[in-house]
Amino acid sequence: MIKAEAKNINVWYGDFHALKNINMSFNTNSVTALIGPSGCGKSTFLRLFNRMNDLISNFRLEGLITVDEQNLYSKEVKIDELRKSIGMVFQKPNPFPKSIYENVAYGLRVNGINDRRTLDETVERSLRQAALWDEVKDNLKKSAMSISGGQQQRLCIARALAVEPRLILMDEPASALDPISTAKIEELIFELKKSFTILIVTHNLQQAGRISDYTGFFYMGEMIEHDATQKMFLNPSNERTQNYITGRFG
Amino acid sequence: MKKYRKVIEKFIEGVLFSSSTITSLTVILIIVFLFREGIGLFHSSPIEKNFVISVSKQNPVQQLNANQVKAIFNQDITNWSAVGGANDSIILFTTNDITNYYSEEELGPNLENLPQKLNDFIVANPGAIMYVSGKNLPKGFNGHFIKIKDISVSDFIFGKYWYPTSDPIPSYGIWPMIIGTLLVTLGALLFAIPLGLATAIYMAEVADMRIRNLLKPVVELLAGIPSVVYGFFGLIVIVPLVQQMFNLVVGETVLAGSIVLGIMALPTIITITEDSLRTTPKSLKEASLALGATRWQTLVRVVIPYAKSGISTAIILGIGRAIGETMAVLMVTGNASNIPHSFLVPARTIPATIAAELGEASYGGMHFKALFALGIVLFLFTIIINFTVEFIKNKQRRT
Ligand SMILES: Nc1ncnc2c1ncn2[C@@H]1O[C@H](COP(=O)(O)OP(=O)(O)O)[C@@H](O)[C@H]1O
Ligand SMILES: [Mg+2]
Repeated sequence: MIKAEAKNINVWYGDFHALKNINMSFNTNSVTALIGPSGCGKSTFLRLFNRMNDLISNFRLEGLITVDEQNLYSKEVKIDELRKSIGMVFQKPNPFPKSIYENVAYGLRVNGINDRRTLDETVERSLRQAALWDEVKDNLKKSAMSISGGQQQRLCIARALAVEPRLILMDEPASALDPISTAKIEELIFELKKSFTILIVTHNLQQAGRISDYTGFFYMGEMIEHDATQKMFLNPSNERTQNYITGRFG
Repeated sequence: MKKYRKVIEKFIEGVLFSSSTITSLTVILIIVFLFREGIGLFHSSPIEKNFVISVSKQNPVQQLNANQVKAIFNQDITNWSAVGGANDSIILFTTNDITNYYSEEELGPNLENLPQKLNDFIVANPGAIMYVSGKNLPKGFNGHFIKIKDISVSDFIFGKYWYPTSDPIPSYGIWPMIIGTLLVTLGALLFAIPLGLATAIYMAEVADMRIRNLLKPVVELLAGIPSVVYGFFGLIVIVPLVQQMFNLVVGETVLAGSIVLGIMALPTIITITEDSLRTTPKSLKEASLALGATRWQTLVRVVIPYAKSGISTAIILGIGRAIGETMAVLMVTGNASNIPHSFLVPARTIPATIAAELGEASYGGMHFKALFALGIVLFLFTIIINFTVEFIKNKQRRT
């Protein structure tokens, strides 16, 4: 079943044509890795799905982005409402300088939900889903700045999960972490796939190979190839994909 | 060549060292000077140097406090019985009065008989109280001197009256000025904080680049305007406005001072607040927006809390600017030395008093010292402000 789709996508930053005629679709409960050399448009593409690019003044989009068959860029869509239903995890852990609890509760609070029990339940559920609960359950009041970088990133994942997102976007979520923390995040992504649909940008090909069901290869604003990860890595149909994966460039 | 460079380096090192030494010494010197002059007020009798207050030896009154002496010379007390003496009316006497009692021939062409006549006078008038220079009194003078208690710190701080030149005993009570200063400052902040924060938030978070690039120089210009110009502006615009709006007899009021000072504190508050709002990392704002928070929710829940210490610093430095400001306030608050009980009455502030009176106070005299003591009070205010800023900064660093 298709969860999200990009149809005939073209993106410009001013005169710069950043994404060129891209068509992709993403299955429910799958992990899709977006790979490609730096500057090829992976983040731009990812951020189409929660309309974060709209913050950039000279950003322009043509084409159709849908999640659950809803056109994200139609006039009826309110951007902040939309963002509440799409989770995003950034490259560097960026917890708020608040308590662990308040970080996870943030999405609910800005939604006007302040009921203690709902918050408590959601915080616990999200932290459990993010495999962080056991490590922080006795210190929920502690500042999020006091835990390790890897824990912070899982906290950011918990924060994104709290609002039960339709889609989770991750932009190189492990690139700032040590190998052990990275492994934990990868494990977590594997677990999350059972209940969520995930798009993840990564520059780490091994990682893409380990965690993703599908892989899309971007090159200079174009989507060169999109297929099952197995096939992409063992038997890519495009020569440029082959070159990239075998490390001949990028 | 190498040796040559070494000499130059040593020389530069020496210059840098002596510059910093001179700077530190200057600061220390100023503080020492301020305190030496100011504290002198508290070790001296409130009577002008060399002068004495004396009563007849027959007079049973041995001691008077400063307030009693003041009351006597203001003729609020006219009978000795009011201060524990006999039922006898009080005769006030200062040196100039001598001619009312003795002819010029009796005093001699060069007043050489003045000491003798002063003695004669006190003998002849047991109800007299004299305020004269001690140098003019003869040996074996027939009066006894009234010792007046030295000015105490609490008289100075809590005294209600500031009559620095009244004879024989001036009053150096600065309570009205402390209240005046605090009230003007408070008013300025009530006005400048909301306006300053709103402008800073607008500039940092709402306005687009073009508007911001227009506003920023305007705010900076505001900081560069000399304070006398603010005073003029206050006098010509704010004072009449206040007068008309509240239907007052005079427009020179605490409120007028507050508004002018508020405007003067705005650039400090705006610039520092804006800078600190801008230090909020983009990644935090993005995290908030990505969770569906609106721009306002992000501002209130992320940006402002993040900039909290910067905002507090801005406000406190704004207070600092307001509290030490002189000219503008002098011009628009009316400079009345009563304790202000509302924003709509005249008042005076500490810096305004110093500026207005230092020129007329004789060097080294009581009045002069009292003004320096006022300077100490102001200095302590600003020290407290600076320590508060440091405290907040340190606290921020720890979290
Ligand atoms: N705000 C922007 N304004 C102009 N150009 C941008 C902006 N953001 C990204 N770009 C350009 O768009 C291209 C794609 O960027 P990005 O999506 O971040 O690539 P990736 O994530 O694959 O490294 C890059 O060439 C980058 O320079
Ligand atoms: Mg990127």
